[in-house]
Amino acid sequence: MVEATPTKRIAPAEGFRVANSVVSIETAKPASRISLRATSAGARSFEKSLNFALPRKPAETASAKGRHALWLGPDEWLLIDEANPDDSMVPRLPNKQFSAVDVSHRNMAFIVAGPGAAATLNAACPRNLSLAAFPVKTCSRTVLGKAEIVLYRTARDTFRVECWRSYAPYVRDLLAIASKDAHI
Amino acid sequence: MLLIHCPYCKDDRPELEFSNAGEAHIVRPTNMSDISDTEFEAMFFMRDNPKGIALERWRHAHGCGRFFNVARNTVSDKFLKVYKAGEPRPSDAEIEELLK
Repeated sequence: MVEATPTKRIAPAEGFRVANSVVSIETAKPASRISLRATSAGARSFEKSLNFALPRKPAETASAKGRHALWLGPDEWLLIDEANPDDSMVPRLPNKQFSAVDVSHRNMAFIVAGPGAAATLNAACPRNLSLAAFPVKTCSRTVLGKAEIVLYRTARDTFRVECWRSYAPYVRDLLAIASKDAHI
Repeated sequence: MLLIHCPYCKDDRPELEFSNAGEAHIVRPTNMSDISDTEFEAMFFMRDNPKGIALERWRHAHGCGRFFNVARNTVSDKFLKVYKAGEPRPSDAEIEELLK
């Protein structure tokens, strides 16, 4: 009988990192993720399994213990758990008021950090990334070139760029080229 | 680049995040099997395509994903009014006021 050997999951753009004097871009560590669609009653019900409140205002985020909840739309959130990448956050609750889908392997993320981070992203992202228009701890779904991304400003000069894994090579190469032009 | 106000995100966003979704306020008849082919054609295919004020559906496709309605001047491309889906269409008097 053949012994079953555990296979190693290979993430897209694993171990990618480029850096220069103003910006560094690297692949984020694996994380567990949920795409949540919920009515307002469903959101309240889901929060019980989350232990912190979901953000209810446009572009808001909420975080606790390595878990982040990102407002994407009036009834849509993206939840990211960096602390337990192998555990699904989908609650085992009988509930018809929300739809929680595990998208851990659909998405991957790049961390763009440094004083030239906004300039790097603005090479292909049309959003105003000044601190006044896009403050720390806010998020938004938007576009980077031809790829759809979720942009999350985790610190003054640090962005988390969530994209679908099939877009990863495109986003990786685009950011790498943009970083060369990121003057501040 | 045009900045379009999304009534759900309550913010001005670049036009690249949006997609046009055709004419707004087209009511689908409830007695679909009773209407004639001509009436169906008028409802389903015929659009006004005005030069001037057009009431249109737009979708914040690469944002919150929501459909909403706008009053847009098709000559100047200016977005005169943005309102949520389900809200009543602006009256002619209101549109006249927006044009000033």
